Amino acid sequence: MSQAAISLPEMQARARAVRRFAVQATARTRASHIGSALSVTDILVAVYFAAMRPDRAGIHGDHCILSKGHAAVALYGVLAERGVLRVSDIEHFYENGSLLAGHPEPNAEAGIIFGSGSLGHGLPVSNGMSFGKRLAGSDGHTWVVMSDGECEEGSTWEAALFAAQHRLGNLTAIVDRNGIQGMGSTESIMGLEPFAQKWRAFGWRTLEVDGHDLAALAEAAQPAGSTTGQPTMVIARTTKGKGVSFMEANNDWHYRSANPDELATALAELAG
Amino acid sequence: MRNALIDELTTLAVTDPSVVLIVNDVGFSVIEPFQRQFPQRFINAGVAEANMIGVAAGLALTGHRVFVYAIAPFTTYRCMEQIRLDLCRTKLPVTLVGLGGGFTYGQLGTTHHPTEDVAMLRALPGMRVLAPCDALETRALVPYLGAGEGPIYLRLEKAGQSDVHTTLPAVGPGCSVRVREGTDVTLVSYGTMVQVSLAAAERLEGRGVSAGVVSAVSLKPLDPALLVELRMRPVVTVEEHSTIGGLGSALAEAAADAGVPAPRLRLGVADAYAEVAGDQAYLRSLSGLTAEGIETRVVAALGRGA
Repeated sequence: MSQAAISLPEMQARARAVRRFAVQATARTRASHIGSALSVTDILVAVYFAAMRPDRAGIHGDHCILSKGHAAVALYGVLAERGVLRVSDIEHFYENGSLLAGHPEPNAEAGIIFGSGSLGHGLPVSNGMSFGKRLAGSDGHTWVVMSDGECEEGSTWEAALFAAQHRLGNLTAIVDRNGIQGMGSTESIMGLEPFAQKWRAFGWRTLEVDGHDLAALAEAAQPAGSTTGQPTMVIARTTKGKGVSFMEANNDWHYRSANPDELATALAELAG
Repeated sequence: MRNALIDELTTLAVTDPSVVLIVNDVGFSVIEPFQRQFPQRFINAGVAEANMIGVAAGLALTGHRVFVYAIAPFTTYRCMEQIRLDLCRTKLPVTLVGLGGGFTYGQLGTTHHPTEDVAMLRALPGMRVLAPCDALETRALVPYLGAGEGPIYLRLEKAGQSDVHTTLPAVGPGCSVRVREGTDVTLVSYGTMVQVSLAAAERLEGRGVSAGVVSAVSLKPLDPALLVELRMRPVVTVEEHSTIGGLGSALAEAAADAGVPAPRLRLGVADAYAEVAGDQAYLRSLSGLTAEGIETRVVAALGRGA
């Protein structure tokens, strides 16, 4: 679907629906990471609804990998909105025997070509996919959605070198730059700034956008014109817990899930 | 073994356009034939093995038949989690070629001695572990590489074209090959320790012990015929690998599960690092992995006296 094929209000409505599902599903199952899921929701909606092209199907076509697997519930919500997963599937999130774990297991039928959960794996694998598509003569594109904490992993920077070396213009990485990791702010634990300058120095075409501005995200996530140019890094400035006032920028919600009263408040804020 | 593999891959790549070879900045004077003929399908991923395994996974996800070629510690220990998640969990038929099994690169030191690799790799669900004993066995395994579900770890050493076999043996995953007949005891080994085991068998013959030798080849899955061997006569495992988790362990586990006698002896590398310089023969000798050392311990275990 091209950018023009979906309106901004529709994307916004999809994002609200994903957030409602994420808040409800984590509340029901007492699952962690709702803050991360709310942070990345708009990025995933922009990629799945405004950047990926349905006519680029198959193994050499378009793919998105969620590398920050702890936000799995947002991915499941987006895949359900996209019609890849059924509502009856995502209702069983986290349950014994369900295919939908707290971090995504690989499941091609469910639209998850590569699983995640351990940080620092998504970018290397996306490198290989982008290389492989180009080798096969395809213009298929690969998007990989990463966390900022993930950029502390050495493998991420190995992969950054590789993508630039091989001019993987058919690769777009988007970092959910909410500035908060497991135990506090990224800058207090393993400072990443000047973040954009690092990626530029590594040879990436680097864009910075408001990670909750769906129009800006949609534009930034469009495939670059050449499959042999620089890889693209989109640094999406986000707010952890976005959309639920009492979860925003509060790292308790990396671990907590909503109690019934909090859930009611959250759903009211996400109505519409 | 290495030249035989690259020779086979170069031939395979002519008819199979999906073949891709990835190295971590190694292969001087070995990989050039492939690199020259298929520059687009050759990747030097640099000294960055975590990314290299991820790239291999991504290429396999886009339908490529991927061979990763590196000195064994750097394509195993260095990137175990990438192997576990990117390859095994995703069930991708990538081939990891680990060079320098055991003490092949003796003088280079402990960093270059894969002596726990089999233990680590065979524990991974979906991983198959193959260790040929010479170049002909290596060639015979090529049709299985990149085929089927899940990755294969191919443990190579340095050996000539026909060091053990004279014709292409019928080996593969789950398929061993007997290289010497014997009735009193069977030495089961892999890699170039098969040659040492054959030499030990010759010495045993002189002591009145008829020793057979089997090249196990497939350390996972094991050949079910090895369980039959355990039922029939004493078995001694011989490996240039830790006695923890290697062939001896695998066979003991299988024996326990099947209710057959365990291997009589498990010969291998002691649970320690070398800590000293030494070539392959020297480092083997420190663990008794010589023809004479094997002979002595087998005779003692069988109670044949002098």
